[in-house]
Amino acid sequence: MIRLAGATGIGASGAPSLTWNVVADVRQLLAFHFMVNALEAGTIVAVTAGAIGWFMVLRRQAFAGHTLAVVGFPGAAGATWLGLPLAAGYFGFCLMAALVIAAVPRARQGSSRSVETAVIGTVQAFALAAGILFVNLYQGFANGVDALLFGSFLGVTDTQVRVLLAAGIGALAVLALIGRPLLFASVDADVAAARGVPVRLLSAVFLLLLGAAVAEASEITGSLLVFALLVMPAATAQQLTARPRLSMVLAIVVGLVVTWLALGVAYFSPYPVGFFLTTFAFGAYVLAAVGRHATALLDRRAARAVVPANGRA
Amino acid sequence: MLSHPFMDYAFVAGSLIALATGLVGYFVVLRGQVFTGDALGHVAFTGSLAALALGVDLRIGLFVSCILVGVVMGALGRRGLADDVVIGNVFAWILGLGVLFLTFYATSRGGSNGTASVQVLFGSIYGLSRAQAAVAAGIAGGTIVALLAIARPLLFASLDEAVAAARGVPVRLLGLGFLALVGLTAGEATQAVGALLLLGLVAAPAGAAQRLTDRPWQAMWLSAVLSVLSMWVGLTLSYAVSDLPPSFSILAVATACYALSWAWTAPGRRAVRAPAA
Repeated sequence: MIRLAGATGIGASGAPSLTWNVVADVRQLLAFHFMVNALEAGTIVAVTAGAIGWFMVLRRQAFAGHTLAVVGFPGAAGATWLGLPLAAGYFGFCLMAALVIAAVPRARQGSSRSVETAVIGTVQAFALAAGILFVNLYQGFANGVDALLFGSFLGVTDTQVRVLLAAGIGALAVLALIGRPLLFASVDADVAAARGVPVRLLSAVFLLLLGAAVAEASEITGSLLVFALLVMPAATAQQLTARPRLSMVLAIVVGLVVTWLALGVAYFSPYPVGFFLTTFAFGAYVLAAVGRHATALLDRRAARAVVPANGRA
Repeated sequence: MLSHPFMDYAFVAGSLIALATGLVGYFVVLRGQVFTGDALGHVAFTGSLAALALGVDLRIGLFVSCILVGVVMGALGRRGLADDVVIGNVFAWILGLGVLFLTFYATSRGGSNGTASVQVLFGSIYGLSRAQAAVAAGIAGGTIVALLAIARPLLFASLDEAVAAARGVPVRLLGLGFLALVGLTAGEATQAVGALLLLGLVAAPAGAAQRLTDRPWQAMWLSAVLSVLSMWVGLTLSYAVSDLPPSFSILAVATACYALSWAWTAPGRRAVRAPAA
């Protein structure tokens, strides 16, 4: 419905058409203001989610991240019901959930680990239940639920892009500030604590940051799909290299490429952006994982070939 | 209240489903597999919508997808416990597929049925017909029997896997079988409280039970009792207050139980922990 007749002359029939001329395709894509907005928003979200998601994957907090992501849904539904701006709902709920999760002591394994997951699971389910209550109370948006859950990448306004940019820069600045000690605390919490790094405080600040990042991104990608941008590029990058700085940059690059490709392809096809986004990102992850296992296998073969020459040990 | 047939069906099916989620949930929490349950909830969404898009019975897609993915996740991970990041990647993608099926479904039915996804995601326990309730209750009963049959070795394997393996307990097989049961339970619970909320019925009663007692069998049955209680009180509440969707009131009661269990045990625990620290 938003797709107007092709202004570039290529999609003159009204529907966007894909040609073999990539330059012309991209120009056709950029001719629409909503597409430019979508690409700008996607870029900001991909960079922020890539950087923060990288720490999330490193810290094995995928479950907490996913919970914070879906908590945005009741936030948005509640805000709509009360007539508040959507952003207030997203940020309010995501930050509140981050505080609840941060209040429970983190544990690596054992029985306290099971306590942690039970708390996170309950927070998530209750938040979503509150979401459906808000939807019920506010009779108007039975059809809008899908938009809240799965996002509306193609309806981004100029104001939203500006707010996104400000929030993204803020989140990245805080991350840059706590990045070094956070990395230390994430890799070896015990040693970091012994060295005087405030591990628990950092953990809480990181959860708040994660909450802010997903609140920011949910408005565009929807509550259910922001998690894909958090976890998939980061997991892909950490398959490819163990060096922190390089893999973080890689995570951002993978996130960017996947987002741009997904938006571009979705424009030329009748299927939703979310499907392409998750599929491309998952494809990258599987390729990286297969590649890593293949090289590990080759290395082991090579090592085995060397052993007989040195005499069997 | 019970003179309405739809309330009867909801109570019969809901009680057995809650019993199953309470029992299975105890082991899910004990084994730290709540995230797996979360993932299965999203699989349930995609499975249901795939079935709708293909025009077959929703429940076929629901159960096939949940059990299949449960077993696959168990097989991929080491020792029948899947890795967080692997789970996250897999279910984020499966959710993307769900969005695709949603589009297929919406376009093939002329876009008239905008509430199908809402029903799958948030449940519609009052919408169960007599036959549906009977099938749901039957499957829940089967799940309970199967779980109780493997409960002893499963508890052993969950508490101390290495010793259990050394004693000849088939730890890996148990883990896989258990995940299949979790898949079955997830499919059941989706019909009652929805794909997104089933996690609460699995995690909250079990978490509360584990806070209230350290003895395994007591905790398991306590979890089942709390779960069934949440279902009954939740259904009654939503009947009494028509603005409350049943899924919300059930989850709210379960969450309240869990919150109360923290309040109940907090001072005692601290007193015990203080000298040790």
